[in-house]
Amino acid sequence: MQSHLALLATFAFFVSLVLAVIAKDDTRDQLRFGGLMFGGFLASALVLGWLMYPFPL
Amino acid sequence: MRATAAEETQSGTLVLLCLAAWAIPGAGHLWLGRRTKGLIFLVALPAMFAIGLALHGRLFPFDLSEPLVGLAALADVGMGIPYFIASSLGYGAGEVRAVTYEYGNAFLIVAGLLNMLVVIDAFDVAMGRK
Repeated sequence: MQSHLALLATFAFFVSLVLAVIAKDDTRDQLRFGGLMFGGFLASALVLGWLMYPFPL
Repeated sequence: MRATAAEETQSGTLVLLCLAAWAIPGAGHLWLGRRTKGLIFLVALPAMFAIGLALHGRLFPFDLSEPLVGLAALADVGMGIPYFIASSLGYGAGEVRAVTYEYGNAFLIVAGLLNMLVVIDAFDVAMGRK
C-alpha cells in the first residue's frame, strides 16, 4: 500500500480508535468522539495539503 | 510514616499491573475486568505496530548522541513485548529508500506512545480515578 491518503486514513483510524476508547467509557460517546477525531484528522490533512499546494518542493 | 503491609501489597500489585499493561497491550485493562477496552487495545496496538514494520519503518537504536533517535527508541520500546519479538527476529531494520519509510516510523513510534497512554489509563483505573 503506497497511497498517502490510504495510509493517512489508516493511521487516523487507529489513533482515533485508541484515544476514543481511552477517553470515553460509553460506547456511544466513544463512537462520537472517535468519529469526530477521525474526521478532523482527514479534514485537517486535506486542508493543509491544499494550503501547501502552491509552494514548490 | 511507614507504609502498612496492605499498602505495600497494593503498590506491588500496581507495579505488576503497569508492567503487564506495558508488556502486553491491553493486559492492564483485561486484568481490571475492562474486557472490551482491553481487547480493543490488544488488537489495535499490535496491528498498528505490525503495519509500521510492514511499511519498512525502523526500530531506532538507543543512540544518546542523537537525542531525536534516542527519543524515538524510547517511544518504540513503549510497545512492550512485540518490540522485543520484532527486534529479536530482525524486523525493523528500516528501509530508508522505501516510499513508506516515514509512514512506517510514524506507525511504530505512535503505537509505542499510545501504549504508554494505555498504561497510564490502566493505572488511573486501578487507583479508582476513572
